[in-house]
Amino acid sequence: MSTGPLVLLVEDEPQMRRFLRASLTAHGFSLVEAVTAQEGTALATSHNPELILLDLGLPDEDGLEVTRRIREWSRVPIIVISARGQESDKVQALDAGADDYLTKPFGVNELLARMRVSLRHSQQAGGTPDPLVEIGPLRIDLARREVTLEGKEVRLTPIEYRLLTLLAQHAGKVITHRQLLREVWGPGQVQQTHYLRVYMAQLRRKIEADPARPVLLMTEPGVGYRLRDRA
Amino acid sequence: MARSTAQRPPSRGKLKIFLGYAPGVGKTYKMLELARELASQPVDVVVGYVETHNRYDVSALVLGLEILPRRAVAYRGGRLEEFDLGAALARRPQVLILDDLAHTNAPGGLHDRRWQDVLDLVDAGIEVQTTLNVHELESLNDVVAQITGIRVRETVPDTVLERAADIELVDCPPEELTSRVAEGKVRFVDQSRRAAAPFFQHGALLGLRELALRTAAQQVGDAVLELREAQAVQSTWPTAERIMVCVGPAPSSARLVRAASRMAASLRAPWIAVTVDDSRLTSLSEADRERVESHLVLAESLGAEAVRRTGDRKSEVLLEYARRRNVSRILVGKPTHSRLRDLIRGSLLDEIVRGSQDIDIQVIAGEADAPAVDGGARPARRGRPWAYAATAGLVALAAGLGALTRSHLAAPDFVMLFMLVIAVAAALFGRGPSLVASVLSVFAYNFFFVPPLYTPWVADERHLLTFGMMFAVGLVTSAITLHLRRQESDARTREEHTATLYSLSRDLSSALDETQAALVVAQHASELLGGGAVVLLPDEHGGVAPRARSGAELPFGERETSAARWAFDHGRFAGHGTQTIPESRATCVPLRSGPGPESLGVLAFAAPGPISLGIERRHFLEAFARQAALALERARLAEQAKRAALRARTEQMRSSLLSAVSHDLRTPLAAITGAATALRDETGGLAESQRSELLETVCEEADRLERLVRNLLDMTQLEAGALLVKREWVLLEEVVGSALARLEGRLGNRPILTDLPTDLPLISVDPVLLEQVFVNLLENARKYTPDGGLLEIRAHTEAGATVIEVCDRGPGLPEVEGARLFDKFVRGSHPGIPGVGLGLAICRGIMEAHQGTITAENREGGGAVFRLTVPSLVQPPPVPAEVDPAEGEARP
Repeated sequence: MSTGPLVLLVEDEPQMRRFLRASLTAHGFSLVEAVTAQEGTALATSHNPELILLDLGLPDEDGLEVTRRIREWSRVPIIVISARGQESDKVQALDAGADDYLTKPFGVNELLARMRVSLRHSQQAGGTPDPLVEIGPLRIDLARREVTLEGKEVRLTPIEYRLLTLLAQHAGKVITHRQLLREVWGPGQVQQTHYLRVYMAQLRRKIEADPARPVLLMTEPGVGYRLRDRA
Repeated sequence: MARSTAQRPPSRGKLKIFLGYAPGVGKTYKMLELARELASQPVDVVVGYVETHNRYDVSALVLGLEILPRRAVAYRGGRLEEFDLGAALARRPQVLILDDLAHTNAPGGLHDRRWQDVLDLVDAGIEVQTTLNVHELESLNDVVAQITGIRVRETVPDTVLERAADIELVDCPPEELTSRVAEGKVRFVDQSRRAAAPFFQHGALLGLRELALRTAAQQVGDAVLELREAQAVQSTWPTAERIMVCVGPAPSSARLVRAASRMAASLRAPWIAVTVDDSRLTSLSEADRERVESHLVLAESLGAEAVRRTGDRKSEVLLEYARRRNVSRILVGKPTHSRLRDLIRGSLLDEIVRGSQDIDIQVIAGEADAPAVDGGARPARRGRPWAYAATAGLVALAAGLGALTRSHLAAPDFVMLFMLVIAVAAALFGRGPSLVASVLSVFAYNFFFVPPLYTPWVADERHLLTFGMMFAVGLVTSAITLHLRRQESDARTREEHTATLYSLSRDLSSALDETQAALVVAQHASELLGGGAVVLLPDEHGGVAPRARSGAELPFGERETSAARWAFDHGRFAGHGTQTIPESRATCVPLRSGPGPESLGVLAFAAPGPISLGIERRHFLEAFARQAALALERARLAEQAKRAALRARTEQMRSSLLSAVSHDLRTPLAAITGAATALRDETGGLAESQRSELLETVCEEADRLERLVRNLLDMTQLEAGALLVKREWVLLEEVVGSALARLEGRLGNRPILTDLPTDLPLISVDPVLLEQVFVNLLENARKYTPDGGLLEIRAHTEAGATVIEVCDRGPGLPEVEGARLFDKFVRGSHPGIPGVGLGLAICRGIMEAHQGTITAENREGGGAVFRLTVPSLVQPPPVPAEVDPAEGEARP
């Protein structure tokens, strides 16, 4: 039995549980498993896991409800697992406080990368955020409000800067349209997704080599944006 | 006449009638005796309603039989008990005993008359036993009146008697009956003893008894004939008869109609009641028109076909119509007017007899007491004193004018002046005033202009001729005027009807489905009738439910609903203005497309004023309903055909899907199973390179399987119309970017060139779906483009739309017709390239959901180009500008 971080897996499909159990224990995680939302909530309270993998389509209750209930008392990272075509469910779960999502089917590498990002962010959350974010050729100095690309200064507008820093602070994690709009434009503007599209395009033109084939500022269609982690 | 007892479906109940010649002969007694016998057999017998009149012998018979609870009705402050039709239909006994077929129900029931209740019960498959006095038969009404001097009001149509499978004659000698009456054993329901007295005079009883015996014998004879017909012994039967009866305004016409009905019944022949609207100068008064109308309604209720013809010469019209309809006999009333009139106007009877050739003519006597009504003598418009006053004023004006110009004008000028006044009065005010004008003019002319002046005397007798001619001109002018007016109004009505039907059929022809057709019908009906109209169509519970409404709000309560239901079930008019549920606010017209009672729906309407359902109105409404029914039928058939076609297509799709899926799902599965088992069962013989190759196979094939399943799911969603387009304002660059990111590593080393101008406007699309289009197109391009081949994505704006092109350098498109390329399961003929042929179909489905298009063509220099067009339906919203430090100016 490994002694790595404790992961709570809430998933009703036995095949999925089997595959995840094998992969995660092999990578040094310890695992508790729940089949229903009820069980999942109970185990989250009793075992205090370091990360939760949560399937959205559970037999007794929506995974969204589980997310909301856990968020009432805990900031443990939650990664939501869902089938394709449930974009609105994903967005709801993310807006309710989930940290990231994965679409079935997914590869183990993808899953492990997301888990690492989430665990890292949750460990950082206690202390002060790193004032310097470096992602590939991009370097963001939060203290000096300076952004450089391959050493050259990039001049950003205030909105572009706020968008970029917001994404950089959660690098590797998806941020929904709603979250970005609320943080940058204010709670009254959360429906104006076209603001985001236009400013993201501007931002890409400044930091991407080919804005039509981005490598840093990734689009999650129907959900939000993600700044690639250590690309 | 419809007499098809033999062919009637067995599901209908039997009707047994106990026929007697007068009240008190013991019909009820006999009926109950037999009912007790039946009940002891045992048969499920229920007493629906029997009036015991507190007679102990009858009450004793009812004892022990199941009695249906009666329906209490509040009526004129009192309380009445009535037979409960609904309860009987719910109870559904085998045999129902129901006294007094001719009974009139208290208001508030489904029907006005009990015989209608009985027909409903029989239609519902319940055997009904009932009683009837012979004098209550509609066709014998006149004969009975002759015998007894009483005109019976509660009559039963002969068709009901004909529906009876059994007629049991209940007889007793008249002497015994008279003594029973004297002993007070006979009670009367709604007639006072004095009113009933003429029935019980010995002579009358004898006559009625004979009638009853004859009627029963006739029905027995009919049964024998039916049997004979059923056994195909037809040689003794003459060729088919058809009877025509000529109906006019005289009250004796009703008698003529009844005689024709009896004759038709005895000859088992269809019959037609015809009236001719004379277009000559003698026109009918309103009262006469109403009488003709009532005669036609009577004829229809007795089973005739009622027809109205128009023509100059009555006899010609009648004979022409008779020939056309193969009539074998014509019934005409005996003329009651003087011979002099025949000499002047010609005799209708003479003309018919002369022109009849092979058609038999039968002349039936008119009633002696029939008032001779001269249709021509009645003024058409009365109660308009101002018109008469104005006429008098006109005459006075003419006299004054004449007096002023007396020195300049000659006597004939004055005559012309008064003629003018008569003509003007006729044109403006109608018949009465013009006659008054004639009289006044003659008088004024005489008084003021004929010597000796200012006296009513005449010096020269020649002037008497002038007076006569003036008066005659007045008469003729007024007759012509009246006739013209009536013709005009008739023509207008007819034209309105034609126009209404035409516009209805025109609007119906563009109705695509039942609901649209129903709405068109409701709109036209409410326009035409000036009130609210509702069209009800069959619902899934076998009833009818409102589908379309128009015009004023028509409250649809319980009564209206049951009237509509009845009209639908029986194919006859119901509700307001009819005898079935007359309390309903709506009149319900069944929408029938054929002659049968099957309805496709019901039109219910409420006219603001009182409604009259005369023959003409009824026929018009029937024509209206038929148009509506035909359209509904057409819509229903079209829907069925569409559904059948869809089913066929689905069937075809399912089979091609099965074959495609079975191949394309099994291939990757086979590879995965093979590779996975090889790895599992490995015993150390595999080299590292072989192991990784097997693992690669598993991953690649699983990926392929995933894409296939995704495509199938997308297609199913598109097919089911379940695709939700969540439009957002997006930039094309971003969608292309996320599609390329999703395909990362899957495109191999094929370079991709994107040429997207930075000034492309925001487009309103579902980013997830549009991304899917790009993924499918690029995967398609990858499949057909060899390694190293360049893929291009270009865009530009063109005529208010954004046009995107995805180009490859593959082998180009096969010679498949352009549009078919985007059909399901259509694939280019490229052996060795896997695929089901769904990718492009999904692209087209998604583009169509966006009101966009997708086309494909071959590219100059080899390869294919797929062109997407996304229309800009609305202006993109503005984005607040911000000063860009990189450029030093406001953006975007």
